[in-house]
Amino acid sequence: MKSLTITRGALTALLALFVTTSAQAMEGVPARFGQILVDQLEARDADDGTVAAWSANAWYGGDINKLYFATEGERLMDRGGETESLETRLAWSRAFAPYWDWQLGVRRDWQPDDPNRDWVSVGVMGVAPYFFETEANLFLGESGHSELRLEAEYELLFTQQLILTPEVEASLYGKEDRDLGIGKGLATVEAGLRLRYEIRREFAPYIGVHWEKKFGDTADFARDHGEDASDTMLVAGIRVWY
Amino acid sequence: MTTSFSLPRRRFVQGLALGGTALGLGLTPAQLFARQGQTGAPELRGNQFQLNIGAADVNLTGRNRPATLVNGSLPAPTLRWREGETVTLRVTNHLPETTSIHWHGLLLPFQMDGVPGLSFDGIGPGETFTYQFPLRQSGTYWYHSHSGFQEQTGLYGGLIIDPAEPDPHTVDRDYAVVLSDWSDQDPKRIYATLKKLSHYYNFSERTLFDTLTDFREKGVVRTLKDRHMWNRMRMSETDLADVTGYTYSFLVNGHTPAANWQARFEPGERIKLRFINASAMTIFDLRIPGLDMTVVAMDGQPVKPVRFHECRLGVAETLDVIVEPKDHRAYTLFAQTIDRSGYARGTLTPDPSLHAEVPELDPVPLLGHREMGMGAMDHGAMGHDGGSMTGMDHSAMSPSSMDHSSMNHGNMNHEGMNHDAGGDMDHAAMGHGGHGSSTDSTATVPFAVSANNPDLPPRQSATEHADSEYGPGVDMRAMSPVPMLDDPGIGLRDRDWKVLTYADLEYAHGLPDSAQPEREIVLHLTGNMERYMWSFNGIPFADAKPLELYHNERVRLTLVNDTMMHHPIHLHGLWSDLELGDGRLLRKHTLLVKPGEKLSYLVRADALGRWAYHCHLLYHMEAGMFREVRVIPRPQSHHQHQEGHS
Repeated sequence: MKSLTITRGALTALLALFVTTSAQAMEGVPARFGQILVDQLEARDADDGTVAAWSANAWYGGDINKLYFATEGERLMDRGGETESLETRLAWSRAFAPYWDWQLGVRRDWQPDDPNRDWVSVGVMGVAPYFFETEANLFLGESGHSELRLEAEYELLFTQQLILTPEVEASLYGKEDRDLGIGKGLATVEAGLRLRYEIRREFAPYIGVHWEKKFGDTADFARDHGEDASDTMLVAGIRVWY
Repeated sequence: MTTSFSLPRRRFVQGLALGGTALGLGLTPAQLFARQGQTGAPELRGNQFQLNIGAADVNLTGRNRPATLVNGSLPAPTLRWREGETVTLRVTNHLPETTSIHWHGLLLPFQMDGVPGLSFDGIGPGETFTYQFPLRQSGTYWYHSHSGFQEQTGLYGGLIIDPAEPDPHTVDRDYAVVLSDWSDQDPKRIYATLKKLSHYYNFSERTLFDTLTDFREKGVVRTLKDRHMWNRMRMSETDLADVTGYTYSFLVNGHTPAANWQARFEPGERIKLRFINASAMTIFDLRIPGLDMTVVAMDGQPVKPVRFHECRLGVAETLDVIVEPKDHRAYTLFAQTIDRSGYARGTLTPDPSLHAEVPELDPVPLLGHREMGMGAMDHGAMGHDGGSMTGMDHSAMSPSSMDHSSMNHGNMNHEGMNHDAGGDMDHAAMGHGGHGSSTDSTATVPFAVSANNPDLPPRQSATEHADSEYGPGVDMRAMSPVPMLDDPGIGLRDRDWKVLTYADLEYAHGLPDSAQPEREIVLHLTGNMERYMWSFNGIPFADAKPLELYHNERVRLTLVNDTMMHHPIHLHGLWSDLELGDGRLLRKHTLLVKPGEKLSYLVRADALGRWAYHCHLLYHMEAGMFREVRVIPRPQSHHQHQEGHS
């Protein structure tokens, strides 16, 4: 119940901030735009079977203020299917520098068996020198839980349409969460290498490799459950946006 | 003088059903409600017109796509008027949305200027608005919608005003050549796409293989050094055009390159070509391989004739040239886009069965230090003692000031080429380069300062960046912007033929007005390519205040281009007299400002009212690179400075 209250309060504040989006255009009508980007929608050839994984985001708004939504998750496709993780995040995104936005939002982790986890998030997102797409988020949850997540991605053009994307993501936690098998400190590092072919800018199938490794107590918890601490998977999927 | 006006051959796409409709003042009901537009502009003459703006389909690419047309044609009819007359135009809107027509480059009461929100409320659906104004000038101009993106979908046409006095340049034939860009995509979609992924239409990005080639040719260290700046700044070296041949077809009088617009001539005739760049977004590099061109007017205003081979024509500029083909052969009018992603093409021919070769597109040029506003740092021989850079005469070092008469002109047809003109040009290019306020040739005047307008903060120099330029909407600021009037521009610097520059031109009849301004207004052209935001001084139109000019004052406008793109800047209702240096002026209505360039021009605020002032790249204007200029009565205390002016 408490988590619901936090989420609802944060949402209200967020929407209130969003409606202050500055006006634009000669006609005096605010020019707003929106985009839905399914960055990854892929099948992973994992140790325990085929996993469907996705990472997508959407935004709506003007040049400076945007409402931002992101989701990522994994679902085991074998044995009737089971969602392993599902995370959603809604944020107010505000441009504060030529290449950088800060983001203030709420995140919910939907747990199939356990109680959902709610977080408040604060982060920055943008393009670093050398065109590194970068994202850093600090999530503050209930009972003193916290997570710091760092992500970076790069696009290497072989041709105008054939593009290699290396990416890396690391998660660090401030406090152990035994229910979720997470230890304190550096918990996971994920890295990916995906080669896509843009049939159109908006539509690109890809193949690649995805690698995950758990560290410290998180790795120990995994081993206790009979899982490997690291996994390397071949992936195939599509990237689409509108 | 024999002047024959052969209409461009109209190509009815599927418009046979229209039959022998009257394209003049009256329109048949069938045409009024025609769903199928035609390509090619008919010419309408007189001083009373009925123009019907409506939606229709046109087929330029093999698909029927919606267009916004005047009297059912793309481009809109070419209107032919006579100086001294008063024209009356009844414009009826058959669209479901508001429309307008702006008469680009014309001096008229501001209520007749056709900018919704400034001149009037626009023309609502089903409404008729009557434009009426006297013609106080002659020359080649154009007209277009100033509402939404209607201009992109076909609402543009040529405007020719014949002089009251006999034209000093008599010709045998006279053609309007309207260049434009057409997309099958809805322009709203194009704009939204640019907001989502600004390089969407750029398919000339540097690839890994380009890098490897550079490693081989320039060495690894040099390559990495060169790339370092671009990578650090998060800029693309190939960002020459936002919207490209990926979606655009480039048209000559509504004809695609495949449809090949043709104009007839007989060898030995003098032909006037009135080039009008009516594009929404496309800057063209124009040439006619095998023919010299002689410019006689730009932006409708007469200039001292200069012979040349190629010219960069910014959006909304017009250029009148005379050609005199001697041979019985066909010539290609070739207009490649600045980013080399496509071309518009037509043919001048004595016989429709003759074909002329179409040149290859040039390789995509790469932006350099100059475009970055780092001055002439790529001119190795120069001293770089800090602040001296902006004041230096860079033009003396630039390739365009070389003596063209001693150059290898390749295999171009130089019959009758006037090399003396080249010599004049050298002189022109060396002496000045339009230094604006920073040199002795043009007097220093106080900067306009206003506590109530963030565009006018106190400033020490024109190149100083205002506080408003530091924010999310501005991704770069030129360190050392320099005069570049004599610079042919990126992609044209290494030509072995004469490329026309502003520095070559001068108003035909001496000074059109005083060369002495009273004060100086500085605006920096700013933007953020990644976010697709565009503005003046980092302030988009939505957050800006009107710029106020006092009635009849002579004011200098100085522009500093802090972006990596060219911007054609257009001031409505008042002439822009470009300062060429040495007190010489070039009278224009639209000025193409190069990346990293600083230029200045003089404006006589002799027409009271509310005027639009903006970048004529349609999507830049929409994004906020726009100002209202208000000409207001001069405050009483300054009355004694008022000068009489026609």
